Amino acid sequence: MRPETDTSENTATIASDGDGFVLDSRDRDAILRERDHFEQPQAACIEALKVVQRRHGWVPDGAIPAIAEVLGIGPASVEGVATFYSLIFRQPVGRHVILVCDSSSCFLTDYEALRDAIAARLGIGFGQTTEDGRFTLLPVCCLGACDQGPAMMIDDHTYGPVRPEDVAGLLEDYP
Amino acid sequence: MTSQLRYRCQLHQSARERREESHPLTWRMRDDGVRVDLAEYVSKDGYAAVSQVLNGQSPEEVIDTMTEANVRGRGGAGFSAGVKWCLTLKGENIPRGYLVCNADEMEPGTFKDRQLMEQLPHLLIEGMILGGYANNARFGYIFLRGEYIGAARAIEQALAEAREAGWLGADIAGSGFDFDIALHTGAGRYICGEETALINSLEGRRANPRDKPPFPGQSGAWGKPTVVNNVETLCCVPSVLRHGADWYQSLSGDLSNDGGTKLYGVSGRVNRPGLWELPMGTSGRELLDLAGGIRDGRALKAWLPGGASTGFLLPEHLELALDFDTIAKAGSRLGTGLLTVVTDQQSMVALMRNLETFFARESCGWCTPCRDGLPWTVKLLAALERGEGEQGDIEMLDKLANDLGPGKTFCAHAPGAAMPLASALKYFRHEFEQGVTRPTGPAHAEPIPVGEV
Repeated sequence: MRPETDTSENTATIASDGDGFVLDSRDRDAILRERDHFEQPQAACIEALKVVQRRHGWVPDGAIPAIAEVLGIGPASVEGVATFYSLIFRQPVGRHVILVCDSSSCFLTDYEALRDAIAARLGIGFGQTTEDGRFTLLPVCCLGACDQGPAMMIDDHTYGPVRPEDVAGLLEDYP
Repeated sequence: MTSQLRYRCQLHQSARERREESHPLTWRMRDDGVRVDLAEYVSKDGYAAVSQVLNGQSPEEVIDTMTEANVRGRGGAGFSAGVKWCLTLKGENIPRGYLVCNADEMEPGTFKDRQLMEQLPHLLIEGMILGGYANNARFGYIFLRGEYIGAARAIEQALAEAREAGWLGADIAGSGFDFDIALHTGAGRYICGEETALINSLEGRRANPRDKPPFPGQSGAWGKPTVVNNVETLCCVPSVLRHGADWYQSLSGDLSNDGGTKLYGVSGRVNRPGLWELPMGTSGRELLDLAGGIRDGRALKAWLPGGASTGFLLPEHLELALDFDTIAKAGSRLGTGLLTVVTDQQSMVALMRNLETFFARESCGWCTPCRDGLPWTVKLLAALERGEGEQGDIEMLDKLANDLGPGKTFCAHAPGAAMPLASALKYFRHEFEQGVTRPTGPAHAEPIPVGEV
């Protein structure tokens, strides 16, 4: 069933029975606004997960039934989507997420040296988070910055070309 | 420090070189790379095609012009946009559907749509309004990959400007045509660029491709007629309708039967990697020259004409026109038209391992050949790269390249992975053979013992 869009309810929060997760009322509003762009509420599912992730850094277990409730769909539909997409995180990540392009053009311009320099500097490999919770390191599909490879992103910023000797200085800007 | 390392996309042609009559995609772009806002766009003949067409031409006339101009799909498939639009279901008893812009640019080696969206989003919006009109669409979506943060910002600003000025919404330019556009940003996964997977993703589902038929033009998003076009394809539309099919065809002159211009690019170890708008059918040689040739005094070994899912070509193919039919005749595909170059000191086995690792990771897992076959190629290629290959490994790769080919899976992901593999095995077989150092092992037994390998 399609949830009510009555704005008088927008100050309320939805508590889930999972891990004590509470969907922020602003996030609920954002999800409902997104829902109105589409014929069916399921379509807002990916954006809903991104909305939650922007606030929490990841998608906690309790967010799944909370999103499902707002959109009036089953939690399995939300979880199925959450676990499919590589940029939806179903476990906690660091304060900053590093995405290193490992596709062909960057591979041909020494991506492996860049990856190794970051891994050595942070003491982690792909899929891992530093012990201080500062960085998570992940590979990513071609970033569309092939003319300046090897390329990488930290949070919302794209960099390239990044040489191994640039890594220390670059990471310093993300405390 | 970090600001110097920030990625900025920029054409290699200056504004003075780019002219309205010869560079329909890029002539409005600024040398400083700042987004062309609505006022500047309108001052440069922007939205003129919308005013002209919506008040003077029928959707059928628009489609005829597009078909005659032969604008071929710039996302890589090369299918005529006019013919695609012709096949969209329309009629009194048919509900109005959707026009979806495929802005999920993720094909390795491709960085052209980013340039168009960050610096000239109004051109895309204008193309979408015209496409929406031609296809009787009620609404448009821009399906943008999540990592393109700058493009998302530019598009949102442009959509707001266009809506405010009445170019989107009800009764556009007094024509009675209603159309609006929403931006949808993705959450990763290469497969979203496949048009039916994209529709599933737009609907908020896992991005598994759909079987065809029905084609999206018959039954797409929410079962409605849906047209999916690439960013660059849609950006071609305003100039085609403004200046006509003959003019568009003449842009490529004698170089190609395909009309118009193309955003071509080069990446890899060249002196001047980048992006140029050039006539369709420009040769690989000319493009490589513009890119300053191979870096560090090395030689060209091979090149991919348009992304990871195209077949390798050799230096001897550089004289060919970079258009869909010519490159197909040479056994590859034009794809996105952005060259990836491989130099003589780079290993084809290592590069193939990298490419197949990408395809294996990005398989959605829906079809068995793709889900199981691609990791198998990675395993074999990694063994060959380490010099631990077994007798029979290369023949097994041959078989996999065949079994992953067209017609065996829902979508073109596996065939896309098979094409570079088959061509690498054909042209550079000796490099793979060097990795075979061991006798045939249990992995090659017939039949393969279940659970033992």
